[in-house]
Amino acid sequence: MNIYLPIAEVSVNAWLVLGLGGGVGMLSGLFGVGGGFLMTPLLIFIGIPPAVAVATGANQIAAASFSGVLSHFRRRTVDLKMGSVMLAGGILGSAAGVQLFAALRAIGQLELAVGLCYVVFLGVVGGLMLVESLQAMRRVRHGTARRRQRHNWMHGLPFKMRFRESNLYISAIPPFAIGALVGVLAAIMGVGGGFIMVPAMIYLLGMATSVVVGTSLFQILFVAAFTTIGHAVANQSVDALLALLLIVGGVLGAQVGARLGPRLKAEQLRVLLALLVLAVCLKLGYDLVRHPGELFVLGTPGR
Amino acid sequence: MRILLLAVLVALLPPRAPAETVVAGFSQTSVAITTSFSGSEIFIYGAIRREAPPPAGPLDVIVAVTGPSTPVVVRKRERRLGVWVNGPAVQIDAAPSLYAVATTRPFRDLISYTDDMRHRVGLDEVIRLIDAPEWLVDRQAYRDAVVRVRRDQGLYFIDDGGVSLTQDTLFQTRVRLPANLTEGDYRARVFLLRGKAVVDVYETDIAVQKVGIERFIYALAQEEPLLYGIVSVLLALAAGWSAAALFRFFVP
Repeated sequence: MNIYLPIAEVSVNAWLVLGLGGGVGMLSGLFGVGGGFLMTPLLIFIGIPPAVAVATGANQIAAASFSGVLSHFRRRTVDLKMGSVMLAGGILGSAAGVQLFAALRAIGQLELAVGLCYVVFLGVVGGLMLVESLQAMRRVRHGTARRRQRHNWMHGLPFKMRFRESNLYISAIPPFAIGALVGVLAAIMGVGGGFIMVPAMIYLLGMATSVVVGTSLFQILFVAAFTTIGHAVANQSVDALLALLLIVGGVLGAQVGARLGPRLKAEQLRVLLALLVLAVCLKLGYDLVRHPGELFVLGTPGR
Repeated sequence: MRILLLAVLVALLPPRAPAETVVAGFSQTSVAITTSFSGSEIFIYGAIRREAPPPAGPLDVIVAVTGPSTPVVVRKRERRLGVWVNGPAVQIDAAPSLYAVATTRPFRDLISYTDDMRHRVGLDEVIRLIDAPEWLVDRQAYRDAVVRVRRDQGLYFIDDGGVSLTQDTLFQTRVRLPANLTEGDYRARVFLLRGKAVVDVYETDIAVQKVGIERFIYALAQEEPLLYGIVSVLLALAAGWSAAALFRFFVP
């Protein structure tokens, strides 16, 4: 069953898109990741224009994080103060990212920039994840735990604030900066940024782990919503119909994944996810360096 | 004075009707892009009407359907530091979004150069590059690229021999419109040629329009982008929440 997407202006198979949403949703349910970093490249692979894939990806992430935020609020595992500082950074970063996105699109280098960002971030994250999960597998075998660093250079920075739920008294600058970086990435790559934010919150800020996921989801929800509106205004590249298909598939997939997760061996799965991320990274990297069959590309003036 | 009046009258009189005229019909003169749109096929048929015995020379028919012409930016990819990067842009002043031509014989053999120019039928006449930047040496490569890329996308095609002509009187053809069609007023022309010269043209418009939800979404996104963005987010949240709620209801 083909469906014509009004903004992307292409006809795609509706089941393929639903399946894509479902597959990525299942992974996110299994691993507790947003999945945006897989969704956007996969959309580009099936022929959605990159500009539409990125903007629509942000819309889908807003929906995917919503139910998560609600359940974390119910369990009181959201540090609202920390979340708000990160959100302020995120809004600023997203606004800058949307402008950068429009500028790159105007000079015809958007595809290249998105591709390069993906190769770098997927490579780093996939590599770290692989190393980390292999170490974790070894740790499970040897039974040693990892210690967290508590004092570092960040404690010398000004604008100190007390974050009670996170059990921290630190400067507001690092969380603001992390939020801003994630905001820029959200706008350019169509990702939530949890894959960067969560490790940064745990290892850099040293937040209490119980509130990390809820707080990052809180930031992601609002940054993704803001990014969607920003792209809709600046680039007119949000496809509501495509987003709807991805959301329905994604939510169902996430529920299946969340129920499947506890029955599977987490550490081995994590290795698989890392390999999947690296595979997407390699494919995108290969597309950047291999000889394109067609040397010329067409575009519309001004966008 | 009387001679002058006569001369003016003669000048004002309509030119003598051509010996042969073309009458054509279209299976549809509007295309609705609905959610399930996956391309369309237009059946074009017609007849040649004669007031006198047919003149000498081969008779041919060209059916040309062209989409709205818009400027196109073409960039050539270059390898830099191992990565393929888009080079500087060349703006093609006008290129149709769709170019579908069906003929009775190979295109180049059946129309004279002057008539091709006058009626803008061939691809070389349709794609215009007026102000090329100074650094551009090979303009033809950029024009060819537009044709090649759009042909690969199924938007440009020439169907040589796609028009069947029966007893020099009846003709018919089918023009397939691809799924990645854009909106606009498309122009459909049927040329009647006798000995490489155009003797008559039948012309009509084909309106290609998004309808229903497609129309609504597209118009809102273009005209009220802020509202559209907010609605997209709210819709996404509602869809995500209700899909999860439904799932929990059925699979506790």
